[in-house]
Amino acid sequence: MVFRIADPFDALLDWQRALDSVRHSDWFGAGTASSGAFPPINVFRKEDDMVLIAEIPGADKNKIDIQVKDNQVRLSGKKEITRGDGVSVHRRERSSGEFDRVLTLPAEIDAGKVKAEYRNGILAVFLPRAESDKPRSITIG
Amino acid sequence: MSPQDLEVQQKKELESREETTKTGRYFVPFTDIHETADALTVTMEMPGVDKQNIDINLEKNILAVTGNVDFSAYDNLEPLYAEYNVGNYARRFTISSKIDQNAIAAAMEDGVLTITLPKTKEAAARHIKVR
Repeated sequence: MVFRIADPFDALLDWQRALDSVRHSDWFGAGTASSGAFPPINVFRKEDDMVLIAEIPGADKNKIDIQVKDNQVRLSGKKEITRGDGVSVHRRERSSGEFDRVLTLPAEIDAGKVKAEYRNGILAVFLPRAESDKPRSITIG
Repeated sequence: MSPQDLEVQQKKELESREETTKTGRYFVPFTDIHETADALTVTMEMPGVDKQNIDINLEKNILAVTGNVDFSAYDNLEPLYAEYNVGNYARRFTISSKIDQNAIAAAMEDGVLTITLPKTKEAAARHIKVR
């Protein structure tokens, strides 16, 4: 992937607006997607396609399972924390456990072309829109 | 025992007494601190931070950790739906002088930073036998 330098402040403002609007929108419609479930997810549009980004720090990428069907994405897996024996804990803020969540997207996904990468604790799933779902221009004859 | 279900932890924005000259938000990374007989381990979750963009500074017993997120990865992406905000991470701890400050080591893996602070020999727990 080739990235250009972005203005971080601009990107943040956009996020904030999206965050604020989410409470008043039913963009995802009815589904099992629930806000507050782990992992927290951001969805972006990249031309015709969508990119799902989730923060799962410290997960084993072999234990993250991604399933795509029609317009739904399911993320499940395990986030484990290994603590040694005989340690005394001074502070414990990190959480561990299992997660499983389904997200309903507003467009059909071409499941065969989905790509995912896990880097620096961030899971990115590239979700190409299905050809059958793309709008078509119609010429008036 | 079955593992517990994970819940989302809301990110806490850093409240700093100083102001930065750079724009952008700073969040407090979720941190675990463990102690063994010979070392103190600080584990911080900083998803999205590359190991080159981590700055660990120890001065006057204050361990200051800053992690910067590479925002250029989000270039060309238009947000549609958001559940969390993205920003840099920063946190400071005052550590005891019993730490061997020259032997501090750090490792970054999958967005989790682990800092090992070995105790000085004098401070390490010793078992004393009663004769």
